[in-house]
Amino acid sequence: MSAHPDTATSPDEGHYNFAYLDEQTKRMIRRAILKGIAVPGYQVPFASREMPMPYGWGTGGVQVTAAILGADDTLKVIDQGSDDTTNAVSIRGFFEKTAGVETTTRTSEASIIQTRHRIPEALLTEDQVLVYQVPIPEPLRFLEPRETETRKMHALAEYGLMHVKLYEDIARNGHIATTYAYPVEVNDRYVMDPSPTPKFDNPKMHEMAALQLFGAGREKRIYAIPPHTKVKSLDFDDHPFEVQKFEKPCGLCGAENVYLDEVILDDKGGRMFVCSDSDHCEDRRSHGHLGEMAADPAASHLASTGEERA
Amino acid sequence: MVAPHAATPSLTAALAPGFADPVHDAQRCFRALMQTMARPGTIQAYANETIAPPTPLSRTLAALALTLIDYDTPIWLDPALAQNPAVAGYLKFHTGAPLAETPGDAAFALIGDPAALMPLSNFNQGTLEYPDRSTTLLMHMQTLDAAAQVTLEGPGIKTSQPFGAAPLQPMFWDQLTANNAQFPRGVDVIFAGATGFATVPRSTRITKTEA
Amino acid sequence: MYVAVKGGEKAIRNAHKLLAKQRRGRTDVPALTIDQIAEQLAISVARVMGEGSLYDEALAALAIKQSRGDLIEAAFLIRAYRTTLPRFGYSEPLDTANMLVERRISATYKDLPGGQLLGPTFDYTHRLLDFTLAAEGEAPLDAVETAAIDEGPMPRVTDLLSDEGLMETDPLPQEDDVVGDLTREPLSFPADRDLRLQNLARGDEGFLLALAYSSQRGYGRTHPFTGEIRYGAVEVEFFAEELGFAVSLGEIKLTECQMVNQFDGSAKTPPKFTRGYGLVFGQVERKAMAMSMVDRSLRWEELGEECTAPVQDAEFVLSHSDNIQATGFVEHLKLPHYVDFQAELDLVRRMRKEWFAAREKRDEDLGLSETKEQEAAE
Repeated sequence: MSAHPDTATSPDEGHYNFAYLDEQTKRMIRRAILKGIAVPGYQVPFASREMPMPYGWGTGGVQVTAAILGADDTLKVIDQGSDDTTNAVSIRGFFEKTAGVETTTRTSEASIIQTRHRIPEALLTEDQVLVYQVPIPEPLRFLEPRETETRKMHALAEYGLMHVKLYEDIARNGHIATTYAYPVEVNDRYVMDPSPTPKFDNPKMHEMAALQLFGAGREKRIYAIPPHTKVKSLDFDDHPFEVQKFEKPCGLCGAENVYLDEVILDDKGGRMFVCSDSDHCEDRRSHGHLGEMAADPAASHLASTGEERA
Repeated sequence: MVAPHAATPSLTAALAPGFADPVHDAQRCFRALMQTMARPGTIQAYANETIAPPTPLSRTLAALALTLIDYDTPIWLDPALAQNPAVAGYLKFHTGAPLAETPGDAAFALIGDPAALMPLSNFNQGTLEYPDRSTTLLMHMQTLDAAAQVTLEGPGIKTSQPFGAAPLQPMFWDQLTANNAQFPRGVDVIFAGATGFATVPRSTRITKTEA
Repeated sequence: MYVAVKGGEKAIRNAHKLLAKQRRGRTDVPALTIDQIAEQLAISVARVMGEGSLYDEALAALAIKQSRGDLIEAAFLIRAYRTTLPRFGYSEPLDTANMLVERRISATYKDLPGGQLLGPTFDYTHRLLDFTLAAEGEAPLDAVETAAIDEGPMPRVTDLLSDEGLMETDPLPQEDDVVGDLTREPLSFPADRDLRLQNLARGDEGFLLALAYSSQRGYGRTHPFTGEIRYGAVEVEFFAEELGFAVSLGEIKLTECQMVNQFDGSAKTPPKFTRGYGLVFGQVERKAMAMSMVDRSLRWEELGEECTAPVQDAEFVLSHSDNIQATGFVEHLKLPHYVDFQAELDLVRRMRKEWFAAREKRDEDLGLSETKEQEAAE
């Protein structure tokens, strides 16, 4: 068909192309990425492929990463902020196997970071790309299940429904009851789903130096936020957007103003809070920052690589 | 793809080398392009010495084409590129992309002579519901670092970004300003210089520099 | 404890080893061969080929073996493999009128040209467990008496009705009509019938069955008659541009179902029957029938009917028919979600705090502050 059959350069015995996807699929995804960058926050339909992992488990992010990844990239994969979570391990292993690229757990060393549910605490740079895994890309989906309708709303920038929903929250609960996947407005135009990151991470998206790409495999959408782009969390004058505040710093590294995981230590109400961003926490501890539970035997398995078992 | 029947001169041109390493060459080209699309008006260095497209298709323009187009993307060639049939033959052979009947049907328009560019409104502007269905222009430029003609602002630009390229049709920046005004509809422009790329996507706000 | 996800790499490796062991089962029981599965579990194989969207019996059998008989998992394996295959083009339209028929029945006529051919079917079997199959060896099978295959043609029932003008005609494709392909372009709405049929052909048998059933029970009734079900081998041809003519790629086995449904007609056109269409790989009759009923239901708009039921709602049906998508998203809830859950915990605690504070204030205002202590400790 083509003058040059796409050469199989993967280390995986040549069964699959570099980074698994065939070149035509990569081209199709690359075109969608360019459109996404040109129209920030707009969800570009793309012919998402079946991947060798289930829909809903990061196939969108994996396809975006596979389409942009090069042999000289260094890849970091996190899930819930951690490099050690099972799905992050699985996706990282997939790219090690199919692309043979270097991987890292260090945020600062990565050129591409694929994430599910968190944005790293460390500031990202111009030279990095953040790839989000997105389950439901349509921020209006839970208000209007029909694609035909939501597409019209985006076309006309008619987002009244979203404001009504948020306001109903306030009337009912005294708060906007959306704590994650909190909708944002990009570049004063499109309302966008930031993926199910906690709203704590929303401010990091605003004018981030790194390019942010979003892949939703099952729903077949790609979207993007270019660097230095205005990203505003929706709110009201009398109920301004605010993020979660944790009462205590990280028990292991003492970090404040970071997102913390609550860890239940026993069945008697014992619990501690530790950084959700495991690399950030390790980095701080290696620089001598210690939290009040760092030496506690109850927390020792959190600070090490921990038990390994099936 | 249909195998041509005889070794005509245009066939020789069609068979002229594309990417030596299609997988990694296309990836490198795309990353440079993505980088500049995300940072409008900045120049990303890119060169590929091995590909040998027929004139007047430049190496960088050809590299962009090989990276982006295939069976699924109708292309339109401006008169400068269309006058040598070998250009269409080369692109057809390496990518399989069909030729669009009108510029409005094209996913990509390849522009060999941007000084003679037809009005942008001839290209597909996308719709409000599907703004992604617009044409992307790939333009061959002699220079990407001419004296600043415009100042760019918007997504991808921290404060502002001066930019100038040549040659351009005299009304080009006015048209591109109008293009931005109809956001999210509109075309995206990729400039292919001799040693790199620059872009001005539809999201970029343009102010002409005082002469 | 959820933090056991730390050290995930080794845990995953070990889990997969366990899975491999479980899959094999007791080693004193002989392992299944691919041939055994392909020959003896042919309907499973056909379902996996259909929902996996790839006609290859050996690969489907392998997928069933690898997935321990989980047919959705097997279809998923086939889809993930299929997507890596190079695409050479599209075959010529299949001609099911020229099918080498093994089974052909019509519920609308007692007899018809080509005859009724019962063929291999569970129909009219008594569903009694056959314990002779459980015995170590099977008894030799009885010879089968079949009618000599009729040399004559076996026209489709819907064609017979069309000849009389009683059936809406098949839409004839124009030379340059582009047939949609939702593996190349994401589905968008409204979706034309070509895309709807492709979606249904890949869709989950159980989902289509339930939808078709709902239409029989009054949720969007279409008055279906089984015009015809035919099962057999059809030749697949590919037009080779280099040669200028179509070449045969081989035969595949298909089940085609055409439902005859109630009427279309207007002041301009006389009343006629309408139809729903189902086509699946292999002998998966239940799905072919369900598909044809759902197809007909989805045509409400074109036929000037009202949309009142889920089975008629194209966006609903087509968005949820794919079991590979569905199983992935349902099962993804197994992945850790503790970051988002933390955000919810934080909010619910905050709201409770405010709730108790508000009540305390209200009680104080009413002079009831003594009773609150013990309740607040709940």
